[in-house]
Amino acid sequence: MIVMKDVYKKYPNGVVAANGINVEINRGEFVYVVGPSGAGKSTFIKMMYREESPTKGDILINGINLATLRNKRVPLLRRQIGVVFQDFKLLPKLNVYENVAFALEVIEESPKVIRKRVNEVLALVGLTQKARMFPNELSGGEQQRVSIARSIVNVPKVVIADEPTGNLDPDTSWEIMKIFEQINALGTTIVMATHNKEIVNTMRHRVIVVEGGMITRDEDEGVYGYES
Amino acid sequence: MKARTMGRHVRESLKSLGRNSWMTFASVSAVTVTLLLVGVFIVIMMNLNQLADNLENDVEIKVIADPAADETAVKELEKQVRSTAGVQEVVYSSRDEELDKMIQSFGDELSLYKQSNPLGDALYVKAKDPHETAAIAKKIDTYDYTSQVVYGEGKVEKLFKVLNMSRNIGMVLILALLFTAMFLISNTIRLTIVARGREIEIMKLVGATNSFVRIPFVLEGIWLGVLGAIIPMAVISFSYYELYAQWEPKLQNELFQLLNAMPFILQVNGLLLFMGVFIGMWGSFMSVRKFLKV
Repeated sequence: MIVMKDVYKKYPNGVVAANGINVEINRGEFVYVVGPSGAGKSTFIKMMYREESPTKGDILINGINLATLRNKRVPLLRRQIGVVFQDFKLLPKLNVYENVAFALEVIEESPKVIRKRVNEVLALVGLTQKARMFPNELSGGEQQRVSIARSIVNVPKVVIADEPTGNLDPDTSWEIMKIFEQINALGTTIVMATHNKEIVNTMRHRVIVVEGGMITRDEDEGVYGYES
Repeated sequence: MKARTMGRHVRESLKSLGRNSWMTFASVSAVTVTLLLVGVFIVIMMNLNQLADNLENDVEIKVIADPAADETAVKELEKQVRSTAGVQEVVYSSRDEELDKMIQSFGDELSLYKQSNPLGDALYVKAKDPHETAAIAKKIDTYDYTSQVVYGEGKVEKLFKVLNMSRNIGMVLILALLFTAMFLISNTIRLTIVARGREIEIMKLVGATNSFVRIPFVLEGIWLGVLGAIIPMAVISFSYYELYAQWEPKLQNELFQLLNAMPFILQVNGLLLFMGVFIGMWGSFMSVRKFLKV
């Protein structure tokens, strides 16, 4: 599903954010990526949806090699991946329904399919009643649910989440995590960068620890923790 | 691309004009002001050009035949002049007509010359290209039976020089104005797009292709250009029409003539609309490009 081979990333300012990463994530897995700030977690995540390209090494997602992927083909990669962000990244001028439908309009789905899929995912995240509301009328947790709905509406094989609970209170974080569990139960691979120790230690899944641009620990059913 | 998608793009671009009403207003104003300036300038320049053309076309060569030449010789000369390269028109004026003209200008004292007319027959020659006048005059001067060739030597060259210079200055000014307009408008549009960088980023992250992102913006640019062109087109059409109606009758026999209102207004309007659309399109295209590298 996701394979990284000797991935090395050096930013123009000299920072080495990935220093020989090797990892393999299988279909249907749920993986936490933990580590201190500035350890290369974000770069690790960003390279998966090609917001950053590796300086050296290969990244394979669904058999597509991101290292040799032409810029023109990047949209096709992104259609197979759902991305959820800490700051939700919703369009403030579109309502909940439109925000979710947007991801399908962009890939030129038919209106019929769009209606069906959007209603399905809004039901899944429990926002059917709030479909006509705008992002600024929603709570943080609700906004994150819209963002999750958008990320899965095109039925991606992988959902990548960059600290999805980073801006949320503990109760809301749990709600969000339950939705991710649900999505994972439906067979979608989930890769999640997080700082939330409680969640990682309670909802046990594979844990990858990134420190100094390297994977220092990789355990199934692991717990939160790193040395530095 | 599917027709449905194009429909979506058109809808989106129109919606976005309304959603970003302040930015729309700013861009449309910028287009309006600059196109108005450019339009007024074009109207003035085109009319001055017309004056320059009229001045140039007024230049003619007067060929005076040898007074001793008989009728057949003059006919021969006329034929020769007519077949000279670059000659457009030759008007014959007999020596008696020439004398009448002189009497008209200088008074009846000259009437006594009617007994024995010392003048030669004259040919008035117009060049196809007025700038060739001097060369043609020189050529004609070499023909037999030519006694004198007059074309305002020196003065004509100076006139042409001045006219050419004013034309070039006009062109440079119009180009400079256009350039300023493009810069100003593309900057305004860039501001509207910077404000929407997030929107573009999200589109890219959910897998939109570059053209999918770009087309609504480019369409929006076109609408901005069209909206911005409306006021300049209306103002210029109306004012020129009024100006023409007022002044044209008074300028009947003058060298300076206003260009006919009808095709001219349409031409200027077409040009302004085209410039508005082009500037809007180009401005959007260039500005979006920067945000597509997500």
